[in-house]
Amino acid sequence: MFKTIKTSQLQLFAMLAAMLLIVVFFSIATDGAFISPRNISNLIRQTAIVGVLAIGMVFVIISAEIDLSVGSMMGLLGGIAAILDVWFNFPILLTVLVTVVAGLVLGLFNGWWVAYQRVPSFIVTLAGMLAFRGILVGLTDGATVAPTSSSLAIIGQSYIPSGWGISVVGLLCLGLVAKVYARRKARKQHGVENKAAKFEYAKAFVAVAVLLVLLYALESYRGIPTPILIMGGLILIATYVAKRTAFGRRVYAIGGNIEATRMSGVNVERTKMLVFGFNGMMVAVAALILTSRLGAGSPAAGNMAELDAIAACVIGGTSLAGGVGAVFGAIMGALIMASLDNGMSMLDVPTFWQLIVKGMILLLAVWLDVKTKKAQ
Amino acid sequence: MKQTLLDMRSIVKSFSGVRALNGVSIQLDRGEVLSICGENGSGKSTLMKVLSGVWPFGSYEGEIFFEGNLVKALTIRDTEALGIVIIHQELALVKELSVMENIFLGNELGSFARLNDEEMHRRTLDLLARVKLDVLPDTAIRDLGVGQQQLVEIAKALNKNVKLLILDEPTSSLTTTEIDILLNIVSELKQQGIACIYISHKLDEVLTLSDWVTVIRDGDHIDTKAAAQLTQNDIISMMVGRELDELFPREEHNIGEVVLRVKHATAKQAGATRAQVEDVSFELRHGEILGIAGLIGSGRTELMQCLYGSYDGDYEAEIELEGQTVNIRSQRVALEAGIAMVPEDRKRHGIVPIMSVGRNITLSVLGKYSSWFGAVNEDKESNDIDDYIAQLKVKTASADLSIKNLSGGNQQKAIIAKCLLTHPKILILDEPTRGIDVGAKYEIYKLMFALVKQGMSIIMVSSELSEVIGISDRVLVMHEGRLKGQFDHQGLTQEMIMNCAIKEGVANV
Repeated sequence: MFKTIKTSQLQLFAMLAAMLLIVVFFSIATDGAFISPRNISNLIRQTAIVGVLAIGMVFVIISAEIDLSVGSMMGLLGGIAAILDVWFNFPILLTVLVTVVAGLVLGLFNGWWVAYQRVPSFIVTLAGMLAFRGILVGLTDGATVAPTSSSLAIIGQSYIPSGWGISVVGLLCLGLVAKVYARRKARKQHGVENKAAKFEYAKAFVAVAVLLVLLYALESYRGIPTPILIMGGLILIATYVAKRTAFGRRVYAIGGNIEATRMSGVNVERTKMLVFGFNGMMVAVAALILTSRLGAGSPAAGNMAELDAIAACVIGGTSLAGGVGAVFGAIMGALIMASLDNGMSMLDVPTFWQLIVKGMILLLAVWLDVKTKKAQ
Repeated sequence: MKQTLLDMRSIVKSFSGVRALNGVSIQLDRGEVLSICGENGSGKSTLMKVLSGVWPFGSYEGEIFFEGNLVKALTIRDTEALGIVIIHQELALVKELSVMENIFLGNELGSFARLNDEEMHRRTLDLLARVKLDVLPDTAIRDLGVGQQQLVEIAKALNKNVKLLILDEPTSSLTTTEIDILLNIVSELKQQGIACIYISHKLDEVLTLSDWVTVIRDGDHIDTKAAAQLTQNDIISMMVGRELDELFPREEHNIGEVVLRVKHATAKQAGATRAQVEDVSFELRHGEILGIAGLIGSGRTELMQCLYGSYDGDYEAEIELEGQTVNIRSQRVALEAGIAMVPEDRKRHGIVPIMSVGRNITLSVLGKYSSWFGAVNEDKESNDIDDYIAQLKVKTASADLSIKNLSGGNQQKAIIAKCLLTHPKILILDEPTRGIDVGAKYEIYKLMFALVKQGMSIIMVSSELSEVIGISDRVLVMHEGRLKGQFDHQGLTQEMIMNCAIKEGVANV
């Protein structure tokens, strides 16, 4: 137990340290502009799309599969949302519902080929990457679908009214502290000596502090952006699914040893297909945020987004071999990538350099991970 | 010992403060065989890792002299250059390459631009003759049996001019005939002056083969004695530090009505000409331990897979469980019907290595703890985990430890716990004690008797004939997919089973 906690602690610290380093570096380099309320608001709004994609992707990777189709799928679903909104004037709720269901169907389609037909996910989703993009271009005739309605803009562009935002974050903080307290009490009742108690309190304390600072920064600009609230909600749900449900447990088991899991009577095929279905729904949410932000459905939307999502998961400590990973890590990974993008853009670093730096960071993160695991 | 080939002097190796080896010394001359015995986790493999250079010079205390020179090996390549070659339990051959390509892998003859195939071919034939393996150099490894692959490994070692051959549990997955061949080869290498360190749980082999026996317990060097002066019981009591009255603690239990009836079980890989299981019918009674013997490839495991729904080809069987016909199409159906199985290959089919002991144990019954929206009630879950860890005496520092850190015996107990949590009526154990030390074996046997006393029925597949006879109430013998004999355990001898399992002829059902 000691060892496993140590590893995950180490990983968490490494990520937080990396994040801190990036923040400090860019703050100094931009004379503080990087940590201005306006930029923080921008930065975490930029994180929302990749973050939501990473939430779905992390489940796929934990189950030892991959999904290369999410970029094209996001483009297609965003296009569908735009078409429903612009061409057919669907009410917003119906647009959202249809898009999410479409995402679920596309995800399950991928999952069916992977789980039941045993085609490697790399190939299935590579095919999807091509085909979904093709469908999008066919549907839109290669033209941008615009302008979207003002109600659709709520999803990606609006801010939560100040009072509401503060209460949501306040509730979150209270909930966090209550959770740590309850768990500690439960462990005490079980007679388990809790060596990690200090660590858990420290974690909760840091989380509350970060939330409050963010809240302050966001409130002093325009309030909490809606997409961030959506992402936050999804983080909570996904973490719950991963850590607390039988489904989540089975996903980790499948990634750890699929044969042994099958021998244990778990319906491996169905579980895998559901993982892809869940991923499809996350892609749909990301697509809605994207279309709403752009105010249009574009045939090029979401290009290469799958790589950002995969990179976020991997930087966040998810193992491509399966069985290891966490939602929170993937979000941190997304935040690190977004910070690099944002900071370098502020410094007017040429795009080609940005790509090179991001590539190197990805390599470095995984290399460090491999090194620390070997040392153990 | 006039010209000592190997002299390891008080080797001490610690892992983060814990001593895995506590001053072990061994000596060995040319042409001698030394067996190292000890329970799993006693430090045998650590000692071999020190010797073979997996743990580099400087990471351990003590000295190793080979042919009179101090060994300062940093990698396995260094020790191989000296003539020390280790053959692991898990074979390290590339399945897709040929025998010849494997033997010369990393030591290819010829120039960078062009390989000298003729020379390699000729030498391979020589080497194969030395290990008495009658296959062509071009044969792909995957077409060979495990025993033959082992011989290829030895040929590969011979090609490296081996002076000291280390065999780590070479016979754990071999059949009796294959074991005989292997033991013969080792004796012959001995004649040629090659020394051998032999690691095995099979004490009869240890005694026939070796000159010296070293026993290690908890990292301590217990003793080294001439094999001629030892009996199996001597070694066992040295290994466990206590006397075991007998290896097989048979306990009286009541056998009741028929609980399982299998009729005309047939299993065939898609496209194969020969069926792996052909028209097998048998019965299992309430509270009975049914042993299933036969050579590897006789269809034992495949028959069990049919019962558990895990056979990966086409299969058919009329299965009646407590009078009800069941159609077992998947592992899930089997578990729901009340049939649980501990698979043969623990690493591949048994454990999820990175998950904790506890989570491995509850993997089959997660649904039981789920409340609304699939949330797992972790209080309930950990109660069960603690219960079963205590009941089955799984030795683990904590239920949260990764299962991969446990010894084979304790992993096996955890897998049995996983099966028991499903409250099966029938428990299938496929090679339950393979690669497990004597102490854990004993505990597993005890457990089996406790379970049948509670009314469970057990089917045990095993390659160890002494175990089959020592534990089962009744023994079925399979041969080439068919049921060939059926014996009561009373008066049953290993010869009777072997005769039935090997010889062609009339079935004795």
